[in-house]
Amino acid sequence: MSTDLAIILSFLLPTVAGLSTALTGRWPNARDSLTVLWGVLTFGTVLTLLPVVNAGGRPGLVLWEVLEGLPIAFEVEPLGMLFALVASGLWIVTSVYAFGYMRGHHEENQTRFFSYFPLAITAALGIAYARNLFTLFLFYEMLTFSTYPLVTHHQNATAQRAGRIYLGILVSTSVLFLFTAIVWTYAIAGTTEFTVGGVLAGKASGWPVAVLAGLYFFGIGKAALMPFHRWLPNAMVAPTPVSALLHAVAVVKAGVFSVLKIVIYIFGIDFLAAGSYSEWLMWVAGFTLLSSSVVALKQDNLKARLAYSTISQLAYIVLAAAIATGDSVVGGGMHIAMHAMAKITLFFAAGAIMVATHKTEISDMDGIGRTMPITMTAFFIASLSIMGLPPTGGAWSKWYLALGAAETGQYLFVAVYMISSLLSIAYLGPIIGRAFFRPPRADSHHPLPEGMKEAHWLMVVPLSLTAIGTVVLFFFANNVHDLLAPIAIGG
Amino acid sequence: MIQQFPVLVVVAPLVAAPITLLIRNRRLTHLWAMAVAWFTLFVSANLLHEVLTTGPISYQLGGWAPPWGIEYRVDTVNAFVMVIVAMIASVVIPAMPTRIRLDLAPERMYLFYTATLLFIAGLMGITVTGDAFNVFVFLEITSLASYTLIGLGAGRRAPLAAFSYLVMGTIGGTFVLIGIGLMYQMTGSLNMADLAVLLPGVQHTRTIMVAFAFITTGVSIKLGVFPLHQWLPKAYTYAPDLVSALMSATATKVIFYLLVRMIFTVFGATFVFGVLHLDWLLLPLSLIGMFVASLAAIYQTNIKRLLAYSSIAQIGYMTLGLSMVSVAGLTGSLVHLFNHALMKAGLFMVVASIFYRLATHEIADMRGLGRRMPLTFAAWVVGGLSMIGVPGTVGFISKWYLVLAAIEKGWIGIALLIVLSSLLALVYVWRVIDVAYFQSPPEGQADRIEAPPILLIPTWILVGATVFFGINTTWTVGVAEAAARQLLGVMP
Repeated sequence: MSTDLAIILSFLLPTVAGLSTALTGRWPNARDSLTVLWGVLTFGTVLTLLPVVNAGGRPGLVLWEVLEGLPIAFEVEPLGMLFALVASGLWIVTSVYAFGYMRGHHEENQTRFFSYFPLAITAALGIAYARNLFTLFLFYEMLTFSTYPLVTHHQNATAQRAGRIYLGILVSTSVLFLFTAIVWTYAIAGTTEFTVGGVLAGKASGWPVAVLAGLYFFGIGKAALMPFHRWLPNAMVAPTPVSALLHAVAVVKAGVFSVLKIVIYIFGIDFLAAGSYSEWLMWVAGFTLLSSSVVALKQDNLKARLAYSTISQLAYIVLAAAIATGDSVVGGGMHIAMHAMAKITLFFAAGAIMVATHKTEISDMDGIGRTMPITMTAFFIASLSIMGLPPTGGAWSKWYLALGAAETGQYLFVAVYMISSLLSIAYLGPIIGRAFFRPPRADSHHPLPEGMKEAHWLMVVPLSLTAIGTVVLFFFANNVHDLLAPIAIGG
Repeated sequence: MIQQFPVLVVVAPLVAAPITLLIRNRRLTHLWAMAVAWFTLFVSANLLHEVLTTGPISYQLGGWAPPWGIEYRVDTVNAFVMVIVAMIASVVIPAMPTRIRLDLAPERMYLFYTATLLFIAGLMGITVTGDAFNVFVFLEITSLASYTLIGLGAGRRAPLAAFSYLVMGTIGGTFVLIGIGLMYQMTGSLNMADLAVLLPGVQHTRTIMVAFAFITTGVSIKLGVFPLHQWLPKAYTYAPDLVSALMSATATKVIFYLLVRMIFTVFGATFVFGVLHLDWLLLPLSLIGMFVASLAAIYQTNIKRLLAYSSIAQIGYMTLGLSMVSVAGLTGSLVHLFNHALMKAGLFMVVASIFYRLATHEIADMRGLGRRMPLTFAAWVVGGLSMIGVPGTVGFISKWYLVLAAIEKGWIGIALLIVLSSLLALVYVWRVIDVAYFQSPPEGQADRIEAPPILLIPTWILVGATVFFGINTTWTVGVAEAAARQLLGVMP
């Protein structure tokens, strides 16, 4: 398959999936099987590009020139390759999980749900492949608007409120800051193309660059940098598959991916680091990182705790981008994959618990490890990855993140990474402790049944697979690192 | 034949209007009006093509040479505006036989078409003429036709709104006339090109400055520039829905063109911005207008009033781009003429469809309509996204140029204000979406009541165009930029 065709198909297939779902809505079984089929085809197509990129190729194509110097154009580079693989690969698993969840939970409007879901994947892949800021922005907004119906799926007052915050923050930041930053970049550099070594060096210096960096970092609201993080906990009103794929993988990772990509290919890491333009953003990221971990400690709702944990983990990557050294950006890129695999497992587990036992609060989950041993074991393994402990993938990405900070003498931020790891033990550890070592609570509204009662196998299998995935990533981290290596020297 | 096109574009609707009175039959007059609109579209498209390939066309009425005779002069700028007017008319007029709740017996519908054709003839006249006094004549034709059209709206407030517009419109028209008179007194000429040559000799005189003040104020009243916009929300709210669609998309565009023509061709940018510093006044007014009107739009309960205030804000974008006096800024303004015409006409068509089914303009009455009229409301979403300026829609293109113009001047703060005001559009567009998709329909009203094709097809042509021209800008931006360069005298 030619690379042009592969790129086109990776957009077309999820879009077709959305349409086929809408058309086959009357036959749920056909609808759901087709979605998995489209998912497998999409992932397969994305996979064909991997050897090309690994060999140093940068396949790409120009679709259409909208304005002079602003084409809708795609180019697959290592970071985008990784993000595309993560998003399309986990989509398959999530689709399977979603059937179990949506049916087990008797959700309404499933056809609409499964129609918009693939559109979000199209948008995520568009972001991954974007060759310039304009294309990235186009798909970034598409991702926001295509996920809005998913976040507000229940169409009640809570969903409406959450939807307003979701759109309010994501659209405001992107229109106010990101858009302005893009136009500004265009005015300075005359281009918005992602270029090896950046496009700004020699054309701008001083405070405007620092302001521009701020516009990008805050403008990409999907990276959930404080104070623009509130949409993420609010988006948890969505059905769990949405929280799992979109708010642990596609949407939030699109945010940090965009931040990394802009740092590497628009500013250039050497230019950014040499001028210390992003130093002030390190503090913002460091603060976000620690404070959201602390907030996570206080959440009793499992999904809310996971959401704050996500904010903290995203700040790891944003901090790495602000530090802007070779190792830190590679570490940030690796963390996209490692955290995605781990966090999706945790959300899958949270959804499985809710469907099987109707429990949502952590304080109510005493003894659940005996009722749902497979789910909770998976939860345990994934937690290790979030804490950054071997034998899980999270250990490696955290290694490179800390290394990147240490190389530039930013020992304070090395300490920040370490303290946050301890905090993650503090907010995830007790959940596992309660599940396995405490007896079930007698006063619970949703008493645990006698013996084992796992959720439907359509949910258990996916979450087991992703848990195994976090361990596999530990042993194959080298492959991820090798794929990303070129970005350390500017792409 | 093509030599006659500049006059044909005015004469066709002007002559067709009285003929409508003779036909009278409801169906035939509709077909007739439609045919005339399509014909003017054909003529203006040809004119634009001709101008782009061979340069400006000058047509002497009755063979009298300018500056004594009346000259019709077509260049890139006004050919572009004529295409906008003809295009919107061609899409909106076909939908007119729907029950638009006129205060008019069905057998007298022909009067409605007569007024519409006169309205278009007037607009075309203002655009095509190169004679300052002729501008006033056509301005009055347009105004009289629009008083009639607005007054035909349902309810007893429509005549009042028409009257209020009549008062303001007459003041505006008179101001323009006084200005033209003063210029004539000083130069002895009414031909715009001739005035442009003669005015620099006398431009330091108080008379010319006063003339400029009268013309600018008069045109600004007609345009609805903040704070001279009071008549506009009433007129747009109480006019028949399709008249609002037609007026918002054509009249404001033509009047804006008139402002541009007066500033850049007649008085000259150096005089207006270099000596009189109109930008010092227009820039802040535009910005304030964008915010005040958008905020006002947020608090409206009537969907037409919401769109009317949104129009005032959008006029702010146009005058803002103008007051930045740069190629990027003026390109943004001119391309926004086209882009805003598409989206606003599309959104008013959505309103017309809702009113057709529910006979209401209150947003609160639109509960659950997202499911009852899915295609109509999908059009609202797409048109609304364009108002916000989401990439992939025309709104993005306009915003790109305006923000680029501000940043090129080093005005980061103004750039941020522009995008901030566009965010307010998100709020007022989404208010309607919230009601339509999140609230359940009233008891016992859950049936599907999708609008009929006669409304749905024009709506989707307009809304589809907002996406099409958001991606394919070769034509729109190409022409707008050429026009901006021509006006500023900057060679590519």
